[in-house]
Amino acid sequence: MEHLELFFKAIFIDNMVFATFLGMCSYLAVSKKVSTAVGLGAAVIFVMAITVPLNWLLDTYILKDGALAWLGPEYAVYDLSFLSFIMFIATIATMVQLVEIIVEKFSPSLYNSLGIFLPLIAVNCAILGGSLFMQSREIQTVGLALNYGVSSGIGWFLAILAIAAIREKIRYSNVPAPLRGLGITFIITGLMAIGFMSFGGMLTGGEEETKETETAQVEVVKEAIDIANNEKETHE
Amino acid sequence: MGLLSKKDLKLITDPLADNNPITIQVLGICSALAITAELKASIVMSVAVLFVMGLGNLTISLMRNIIPSKIRIIAQLIVVATLVIIVDLVLKAFAYELSKTLSVFVGLIITNCIIMGRFEAFALANGPLRSFIDGIGNALGYALILIIVGFFRELLGSGSLLGFKVLGDSIEKTGVYAYGYENNGFMLLAPMALITVGIIIWVQRSRNEALIEEN
Repeated sequence: MEHLELFFKAIFIDNMVFATFLGMCSYLAVSKKVSTAVGLGAAVIFVMAITVPLNWLLDTYILKDGALAWLGPEYAVYDLSFLSFIMFIATIATMVQLVEIIVEKFSPSLYNSLGIFLPLIAVNCAILGGSLFMQSREIQTVGLALNYGVSSGIGWFLAILAIAAIREKIRYSNVPAPLRGLGITFIITGLMAIGFMSFGGMLTGGEEETKETETAQVEVVKEAIDIANNEKETHE
Repeated sequence: MGLLSKKDLKLITDPLADNNPITIQVLGICSALAITAELKASIVMSVAVLFVMGLGNLTISLMRNIIPSKIRIIAQLIVVATLVIIVDLVLKAFAYELSKTLSVFVGLIITNCIIMGRFEAFALANGPLRSFIDGIGNALGYALILIIVGFFRELLGSGSLLGFKVLGDSIEKTGVYAYGYENNGFMLLAPMALITVGIIIWVQRSRNEALIEEN
C-alpha cells in the first residue's frame, strides 16, 4: 500500500516537470520529436532507478547525522550531511558514465538509441532533484527509494512524451510568430501543469490536513497563505 | 568603463538582452520557475547563481589546460558542487528561513544547465578574466528574468513587493483594494511561472524580430 501510494504520488501529484519544474532544460530542448523524447525519457527512468537507491544507501550509511555508527560507537557523533551535494552529484556522474560503458558493451542497439542522451543526463536536474527530494522527504527503506526513483522517472517520461506529441501537432497550427517554438511550449506546459494540479486531490480524498509531504512550491504557496492569514489575524 | 574593452563589455550586455540565457539559450529554467513566487527568493537565488557562476567560470578557466577532456564533466560538477556547498552553508547560517523556502533548489544550482553550459561553451576555451566577465554577464541575464518574474508574481499574487504591501491592504480595503481589486492567488501557483516566462518571451521576440524561431 505504501509502495502504491508513493508510486502514484511521484508520477501524478509530485510530477517532476509539472509540480517541481525539474529537468526543464532537456524537457524543452529534446521535445521536438516523439522518438527522441522517448529515448531520453527511457534513459532518465533507467538512470534514476539506479542512482536514487544508491544515493539512499550513501545517505543512510555514510552521510546522515550519526550514520557512521555502524563503524563503532565513537563514530556516531559525525554528521556529514553537508557533503551530500558533492557525493550525490559524483555518484550520478560516475553512474552515468558507467551505465554508458556497460550499455555500449552489452546492447549496442540500446546504446545507439540512448547514445547522445546519456551524457546529457548527468546534468539533468531531475536526476539530482530525485536524490535530493529522496533525502528531504526522508524515505524509509531502500525498496521505497527504488520505487521513488522509478516512478519519478516515469512521471518525467510521461511529461516529455505528452509535450513532444503536442509539439508535433502544433507545427500545423497558426501560432503568433513571436510565440513560435519556445514561447508556446512554455505556455502549453503551464496549462498542462494546471491540469496536473487536479491530481492533487487523488490521495488526500479532499482532506487537506492529511497531506504529509508537499512539493517545494506548495510549501512556498502555503507560506504565503500563512503570512496572509497571520496578517488577517493581526487585523481582527 | 576604462577597465573593460568593448569586446569584454559585450560579454556583459549580450546576455542581458539578445542572448539571454533563459529566454534565448533555454538554460537554467528549472530554478527560474520554481522559486519565483516571491521577489526576495528570486533575488537571493540570483545572488547565489552570480557567485557560483563568476567563481566557477574563473576556476574552470584556470584549470582548463589540466582537465582531461574525457572526465571534464565530473571535474566541472565537483567545482560547482563545492561552490554550491559554500552558498548553502552561508544561507543556512545567515538566512535560515529563506534557505528553508529555497529547499532543494539551492542544491539544484549544481545541475543548473546555465552553469554547465557556460563552462562548456566559454570557460573551457577562454582566459580567466574573460570567463569571469562572461560568468557575471550570464548570471545577470538570468537574474534579470528571475527578478521580472518574481516581481509580477508577488505583485499580482499577494499585492506586495519584498513583503511590503504596495497595493494597500487587502483586509482593510485600503489602496487599490478600495476599488474592488482582488489579489490573484493563482499567480502564486507553479503553472503561472511558466506562463509568465512565456509572455516575457513573447514580448521580447515581438520587439526583436530576428529572434523569432522558424516553425
